[in-house]
Order: sequence, then C-alpha cells, then structure tokens
Amino acid sequence: MKFSPGKLVLPLFSALALAFLLIPIVYTFIFSFNDSVKSNIVWVGFTLDNWTNVCQAQGVCEAFGTSIVVGIAATVIATVLGTLLAIALARYRFRGRSAISLMLFLPMATPEVVLGAGLAAQFLSASVPKGLGTIIIAHALFCLSFVVVTVKARVSSLDPALEEAGRDLYGSPTQVFLRVTLPLLLPGITAAALLSFALSFDDFIITRFNNGPVETFPVYVFTAAARGLPAEANVIASAVFIFALVLVIVGQTSSAARRKRLAKLG
Amino acid sequence: MAFAAFGSSTAPVEQAPRRRSGIALILLAPGLAYLALFFLTPLISLVITSVQAPVEFGDVGQFQNAFKIENYFAVVQDYWPQFLRSFGYALVATFFALIISYPLAYFIGVTARPWPLAQAILLTLVIAPFFISFLLRTFAWKQLMAEDTPFVQGLKALSILAPDANLVGTPFAVIFGLTYNFIPFMTLPIYVTLERLDTRYLEAGNDLYAGPLSTFLRVTLPLSLPGIVSGTLLTFIPAAGDYINASSSFLGSASTSMIGNVIEANFIDLLDYPVAAALSVLLMGIILLIVGLYVRRVGTEDLL
Repeated sequence: MKFSPGKLVLPLFSALALAFLLIPIVYTFIFSFNDSVKSNIVWVGFTLDNWTNVCQAQGVCEAFGTSIVVGIAATVIATVLGTLLAIALARYRFRGRSAISLMLFLPMATPEVVLGAGLAAQFLSASVPKGLGTIIIAHALFCLSFVVVTVKARVSSLDPALEEAGRDLYGSPTQVFLRVTLPLLLPGITAAALLSFALSFDDFIITRFNNGPVETFPVYVFTAAARGLPAEANVIASAVFIFALVLVIVGQTSSAARRKRLAKLG
Repeated sequence: MAFAAFGSSTAPVEQAPRRRSGIALILLAPGLAYLALFFLTPLISLVITSVQAPVEFGDVGQFQNAFKIENYFAVVQDYWPQFLRSFGYALVATFFALIISYPLAYFIGVTARPWPLAQAILLTLVIAPFFISFLLRTFAWKQLMAEDTPFVQGLKALSILAPDANLVGTPFAVIFGLTYNFIPFMTLPIYVTLERLDTRYLEAGNDLYAGPLSTFLRVTLPLSLPGIVSGTLLTFIPAAGDYINASSSFLGSASTSMIGNVIEANFIDLLDYPVAAALSVLLMGIILLIVGLYVRRVGTEDLL
C-alpha cells in the first residue's frame, strides 16, 4: 500500500475523540489522590489517605452501600421479569403482541425526568412513603425494557434444532428448558443483568424524584457537588471504574478463548 | 447490548411460531403487571395531576382534582424559553455528537476490522465513560472549565474563547457537557451497523468509477442509516430531558436552565406538582411527536 498523509486523518481524529472521552476519567482518578482538606478543586499534594480511609468522608460509604443494594434488587426484579417477557415475545404469536412491544419500547423513549416525576406523582397520590423500596421499584422499571431487548436478541438467534434434539431424546418440556434453553440463553441474561446493574448504579435523575431521605451514591455526589465534593467520592468512582474495566477485559478474553477452542473443534 | 435497542441486531433464525398462548400468558403476566402498575398508571397520574388545582386555604403542596386545563397555557407562557432551550441544546449536542462519533465508529468498525484485538480495545475505550459516574464526569468538566486551568487557557490561546470570558454557566458549557456525555450512545449503534458493512460494496462503488466521496454518500451512509437513527434518538431524547449538565451545581446557570431543571425545581423544591406534571406531559408529548415524525421521515423498520 502506498503511504499518503490522507490516511492519517481518520486515525488521528479517532485518537483525539478517544482522548476527549477519557479526559474526565483521568481527572477524577488523579484527584482521588489529592491531599485536599474540604473541597477537592485545587491540587494540594499527593496522598494515599483518601484510598486507605475511604469512609472518613461522612456518608460516602453508606451511599455506596445503598447503591449496591438497590442495584442488586433492581437487577434481580428486572432480569427475571424481562427474561420471561423476552421468551414470550420471541417464541409465541398472540394477539396484542405489537401493542406489548410498543409498551416495552415506550419507557426507553420516555425522558427520565418524566418517568421519575410520573412515579413520584403516583407514589404521592397513593400515599406511599418514599425510600429504599420506591427507588428499587423505579430502577427495575427502567431496566426492564433493556433486559427484554438484550435477551430477546439472544432468544431469536437460538437454533430451534437444539431444543428439538432435546425433545427427541425424550426430555420433558421442563428438562429441555432447564438443560438446553436456559444454558444457551445465559450469556444474554448475564449481559442484561450486568447492564441493569450498571444503569441502576449510575442513575440519578429518576432516583432524585423517588429517594425520599435515602441517599444513593449519585444522590450523594449531587448534594455534595453544591458545597464541594470530597476526594473520597473520586476514590469510590475510580475503584468502581477499575473494577468494571477488569470485568470487561476478563469477559472479553474468556469469550475470545472460547471462540478459539470452538474454532479448533470445528 | 442495549445499543441494539433501536436497530435489531442479530438476524433472527426462522422459528415455527407456536400457538400455545396459555404459556405465553403466564410468561407475560408478571412483566406486564409491573409495567401497568409502574409505567402506565404513573403516566395517567401525571395527566391527572397536571390539571389539579390548589386546595383552598391549603398548605403548600396540597392539591385537589380539578379540570384546570389552563395549567397548560400557564406553563407554556411561563416556560417557553426553557422548552426552546431544551430542544435547541439537545439538537446542537446531537449534531456535534454525530460529527465526532461517525468517524470514530467508522475507524473502529471498518478501518480497524483486520485487527480484532485493536477493535476490542477501542470499543472498551468508547464505553469506558459508562464505568465512571455520570455526575462525576460532568463535575470533572466543571473543574476543568474553571478559570485558569490549562484547558481554558488553551481555548483562550486558540482564541476560541475571549480572554475575559467565563465558561461555566454558559450555553457553550451545557452543550459541551451534553455532547460529551452522549457520544458513546451515538458511537455504539453506528459502530454496530458499520461493523457489518460489507466492504465489497465499497469496492464495487470504486469499480464503477465513483470517487471516495460519492461512494461514501451513496453507499456507506445509506447502509449505516439505521445506526445513525438509533444513535441520534439515543442522544436527543435523554439530552432534551437532562437537567444535570444545565444545573447550576454543574455546567449551567439560571440562564441556561432547561425544561428538566424546571420540572425538578417545581416538583422537589417548590412542591408545585401540577406545574411539574403539565411540563412533563408536554415534554413527553413533544418528544413522541418528534420521534414519530423523524422515524417516519427516515423510514426505518420496526424499532423493537
């Protein structure tokens, strides 16, 4: 291939765009080591104190714990309900199917502020006190549609011959489902669950309308941002970032290894 | 992933539709009940709340059912600038996100195709912002935009910014934040369609004496349209409803407040539920209208 300077434009542009995406992440990480006293705006000096004593900032660890609890609960609800819906939509023909698809699409097309205000208005008129329960209900709601989409793609790409083989080998419908269908769907379900957890963990807009006195991590950041954010918040965000990154890398290498093994077999 | 949401990703294998709708009903019932209870009913509550009137001699936050359609006229009269700002900012941010994302998605999906490892690393970098809190990312930009940071001095040196200008609190900062925050949502669906683009079509264009530009305009662009539609919707809808970037604790100020800020303030601080509800109903109605027209205009197949 001939070298031409024109060929460099696209890689260069892409590198700049990626650098742009990463700037705030690097900033947050660096300032997690800042030896700041009250507000973490000006660089004072390097310290590991924020990392070794994360919980010394008031409320940070409690908020983080609440976010984990909410994330797990919302993920379980959304993943179970969403997987059932996805199987029904991908496998069965029935009346009202397109109306149901529309109803699942609508929450994704609704701005979060409207979802949040709607639920809050509903809890208000039903006199439901806001707290952990209402946050979980709200999070499971917006995760549900994403689970359906993710799992449905997996159900639709499933080869029906595999289940037929199970039936031919005298598997009962339950056995076929548990030992053939479910294991084949598992990667889709896992992806949906991880996505739900990530969405729930980072949600602020809907939570803000339905949290009452309970603080999740994003609510903590929002409240603290007005008076100066402690470096410990950067520590938690950086730690979560590293954890998620490792998770993605491990997931990708293991699926690449699996593909290699399958290629060898085939 | 979720970004396949709007452009169905995997080619469905032919499946014999089964007719045992009894089982389907059992599978559907819990999820549908959940949606009815926590999605449809809240929307109805919102509509009911939007026409409520204050209780006479009642406390702040006490309202009773009425049929006060005037609430809608009042909110449009009071808040039309915020509506315009919301849709204006969202539109500009969507445009810039597209300009930045398309080349990036093309590079990852087409140029980098011979190197799967590089593709995987680049994609991970695109979704990396998702792993760090949305609020902290935005907050980081606020700090970087503060006076006398290298970022601001750089902008001033390039005379993109006037020497005495302040960045935080300007429309520029808010649109900048919106663009930044939604780039991954734009890049991923475009990447998904470009990744599956058959490069033999590009060779065919070349063989038929089309220049690179006309091959791009007449082959690549139309083939990646579903990704562009998904990406623009995934950016425009949340951007129009966003109130974090425009909030004065982050990149905005009172003069940049968007409709989401007004809904939040009325609902949470002022306890003026009917105003917040009427604004929400209008916002949702306008967005559905725009999305409907847009999807019909670009003519993409069913969305889910």
